Amino acid sequence: MNTDILACFPQWANYAPAFKYLCEKGFDVKYLTPPPITRRTLELGSKYSPDYVCVPFKYCLGCYLEVLEMGANCLMQIFGNCRLNFYGELAERILRDMGYEFSFFNMADIDFTSPKSIFEHFRIINPEMTLLHVLPAWRTTYRMIEMIDEFEDYLRRNVGFEANEGELDGVYREFLKKCEDVPSGKALKKLYKEYRERLHSVKTTKPDRTVKVGMIGDFYTAQEPFSNYFMEREFARFGMEIFRSMNVSNTLVHNRYKDRLHYGKKYAKYYIGGTSNFSVAEALEFANAGVDGIIQVKSFGCTPEVDAIPILQNISRDYNIPILHFSFDSQTGEAGIKTRLEAFYDMVEARKHKDEKQ
Amino acid sequence: MKVGIPRALLYYKNEKFWTTFFDTLGIEYIIGPETTKEIIARGTHLSVDETCLPTKILLGQVDWLIGRCDYVFLPRVEFAYGYGMCTKFLAQTDLVANVFRGRDVKLLFYNIGNKKLLTERKAVRRMGKYLGLKSANVKYAYDVAKQAQQYYEVFRAETQEKTLRETDKIKVLVVAHAYNIGDAYIGRPILRALAGLGVEPIIAEYADARQCIGASKEVTRTMPWAYNRHLMGAIQLMKDKVDGVVLLTTFPCGPDSMVNELIVREYKQLPIITLTIDAQDATAGIETRLESFVDIINFKREGAQ
Repeated sequence: MNTDILACFPQWANYAPAFKYLCEKGFDVKYLTPPPITRRTLELGSKYSPDYVCVPFKYCLGCYLEVLEMGANCLMQIFGNCRLNFYGELAERILRDMGYEFSFFNMADIDFTSPKSIFEHFRIINPEMTLLHVLPAWRTTYRMIEMIDEFEDYLRRNVGFEANEGELDGVYREFLKKCEDVPSGKALKKLYKEYRERLHSVKTTKPDRTVKVGMIGDFYTAQEPFSNYFMEREFARFGMEIFRSMNVSNTLVHNRYKDRLHYGKKYAKYYIGGTSNFSVAEALEFANAGVDGIIQVKSFGCTPEVDAIPILQNISRDYNIPILHFSFDSQTGEAGIKTRLEAFYDMVEARKHKDEKQ
Repeated sequence: MKVGIPRALLYYKNEKFWTTFFDTLGIEYIIGPETTKEIIARGTHLSVDETCLPTKILLGQVDWLIGRCDYVFLPRVEFAYGYGMCTKFLAQTDLVANVFRGRDVKLLFYNIGNKKLLTERKAVRRMGKYLGLKSANVKYAYDVAKQAQQYYEVFRAETQEKTLRETDKIKVLVVAHAYNIGDAYIGRPILRALAGLGVEPIIAEYADARQCIGASKEVTRTMPWAYNRHLMGAIQLMKDKVDGVVLLTTFPCGPDSMVNELIVREYKQLPIITLTIDAQDATAGIETRLESFVDIINFKREGAQ
């Protein structure tokens, strides 16, 4: 293993163990698990980013600055279909102007039609990497991401009804901790089986009929708990069941783009940028499945999601389902969000009560 | 049959192309009015607050056109010059269809959904088929219209180059998207203000697109937006010929929010001013800022002599 290189991907939901596995077992470099996002990350990021860029960029830049202080020297960024495509280059430029030295692996830079370009770019991470290690590690990483997403799904639906508060979360944290130094794919499978059983055996008191809420939103804000002010936790406190299919399994691992585009065809005929088609199709799917309310979270000025709002409003009208739109800025206050959530919960519950009476 | 063309977004990019195309085919058309306060108020009322100003203008224009024409013409463009576009151009047909759903609006559009060379021609032919026109006529009209647009662009670029060479006034490069610089509410007051200060405004948008996109490759590798590459390349080509740069953007423009940062970091030797315009106060206060900007350039010039 090349111990000179300390790679790091910006903090993003709970996927750090997966990236760690890929870097350490695949690319043979050390991986620095980024610290969880705090107020300081956001302040650092906002200080050096352009004024009205979308908030995820500020989180990423803040995270880069924090990990550079901790000694990381190989940063990474993925690509996307909106401003995300330009994140890497601009962040690299800002950091270099500040005088930091590091190597930068930017997926937006890769020409995916040419295998040579792909190979050469991956060699930025480790010049001595071998495909013999990368390919099997890649597979295990995907499996790990699927497991994380499966557990999170289970957690979202049950965490509000557990008998002893905090038990599910405790077990899940333990699983993530163990994932960080899992040696191989086989060990991971064993770990998965063990913790799946433990999660399912945690005692919950779930009533037959619960208030169900679907969550949609842009790629980063929907997934990173800090950036949506721990909204899922807040919901669990109200005793709600949360559904969300925006995660890495459904976007990067199994690309469901075509399927989603087709599903929302009645409302959005074409690809409308970013992950908006996912939002539209998911809102439609939730509406068809009969959830009690939908919440859209997005960062301020996220261009694709803003375009999706009129479409979502039409869905709301057609299916008679309330949709709450949340827009997060770097300055959003927590109190305002709580009040709006409470009002939304009251409204959804009152509607449900009325429906049951009839 | 009467086609309505909203005076917003892509209209400013394809003005001659669209009008010549419909003229050649003998289709009657009506173009939306110049942007006024009322149109912006109408657009703001119809859209989410976070929508960018040009999209608000688009919605206001479509609102004005409804009832005055049979079809609203609104193409969807995903790629230009081999690069992507801002998501607004991807979403505009779906956006308009959803916003005006209850109001019986028929959309006429063509869709450029891939990078291939003849996509535009094919898309236009499909649109002709939808209207029940003869495909030979459509093809002819397309060729004529495309040529008109090209001549117009070449003429524009050459005239500007001539001014750039011959004038001895202060030259300021105005960097703004076509739909901002051509707009009566956003861009033209700025150009008027610059001319009033005795400055020769050079418009980045008028520079030759292909040359500019080639030049932009020297500066950036991964910038995904074709129109921003065009503007960036224009600065790269003219950086030694102009005295200052005005970055004119609307609030909250997605691509510009990032690209302007790169421009400011890249061209440190040039005096640069960033003007952001939103739906509320338009150009108020901007004249004072421009005045002091021109003063700074003057001082710099005198210092160099």
